[in-house]
Amino acid sequence: MSKVKIPKTSVSIDMTPMVDMAFLLVTFFILTTQFRPDEPVQVSTPSSTSTSNPPEHGKVIITIAPDGRVFFDLDNQLFRSNLIQKMAESYGMTVNQDEINAFATGGSIGVPMKQMKDYLDTPASDRKDYVQTGIPVDTTEYLSNELSVWLVNARIAGNNPMILIKGDSKANYPNVKNVFTTLAKKNVLRFGLITDEEAMPKDLPK
Amino acid sequence: MAELGESGDVHKGKGKKRGGVRAKKMSTRIDMTPMVDLGFLLVTFFILTTTMSQPKAMQVVMPDKKIKDPEEKSKIRESEAMTILLGSNNRIFYYYPKQGEELKMEVTYFNKIEKILIDKNKEVLALQRANNWKLPTDTAFNGVYIGIKPTDDSKYENMVNMLDEMKICGIKSYAILDPTPEEIAILPK
Repeated sequence: MSKVKIPKTSVSIDMTPMVDMAFLLVTFFILTTQFRPDEPVQVSTPSSTSTSNPPEHGKVIITIAPDGRVFFDLDNQLFRSNLIQKMAESYGMTVNQDEINAFATGGSIGVPMKQMKDYLDTPASDRKDYVQTGIPVDTTEYLSNELSVWLVNARIAGNNPMILIKGDSKANYPNVKNVFTTLAKKNVLRFGLITDEEAMPKDLPK
Repeated sequence: MAELGESGDVHKGKGKKRGGVRAKKMSTRIDMTPMVDLGFLLVTFFILTTTMSQPKAMQVVMPDKKIKDPEEKSKIRESEAMTILLGSNNRIFYYYPKQGEELKMEVTYFNKIEKILIDKNKEVLALQRANNWKLPTDTAFNGVYIGIKPTDDSKYENMVNMLDEMKICGIKSYAILDPTPEEIAILPK
């Protein structure tokens, strides 16, 4: 039996268009990506139809974790170094330059002032694993409600920043209410809630 | 790859023409596989690390509890008001306050609340138009006044969703309030 000859075809493909596309995508993603700073807790915010963007700079973010822990963040390094000095003053502590730098370059913070020095003295590489118990929030007006002290000092140090609350969808309302009450006591009645974007429903009942 | 390595020995072979030594033409094709690999690795990396959706901020104005002006409170008529309580398991309880009547709440869920809100808003607007209930400072009729009262069993998400419903349904006046003990007492568990 004679064999049917299959003509040999070249297996090499011209990959130039593919390479072009791949690098176009790479360029696009390099240009659009923004690296998020390390956050001590993962929060998934609820979604809303709001379309206004939070300001890029000059904002305080109060994070409420699903388990109710509260974290505080001010966004500018200069403001942050002022803030930690003012906080130390309020609680009668002294902070050295290393500790100020450690705070200024960090992100959200969720340690009570009692542990603050201990936290800031931990080497930078281990700080990620430091167990942050959250900022104490209760409904008193004294120093034991540390969130209100943070707030007062951040408004001075941060040149009147915008206050934003970033709560987890599954956070229990009493935890959120404590934060609201603290804000109200410090006369912060206008603030923003950080949400994900959601499309406006189209089939509204008329 | 073979294509590249074949520049070879030009003096090999027999049928060489006499005369000048001619360099064999080099292939211009390069194997691009490693480059493509790297390219797609980078694409994958950036796709995974990038956050496309920018967070949005929802503006909230809380009522000032320090103002205890009784006149301010009595401005809202009973027929213009509605109270919404946010309960456990994403349940919504609502009622229309009436003096001297027993509190009775209806239960509903987030997928049905829009119709209730829009209907009530229309009803109140019609009432306000008929009676010309309008503050001298207002340019338009206000519609229904809603008190949103999240209970301790509700989640943060419930409150945000309810505030969002206000915007979706075009309700202008609403406030986040604390539930009263009477309301808590009759709330089904």
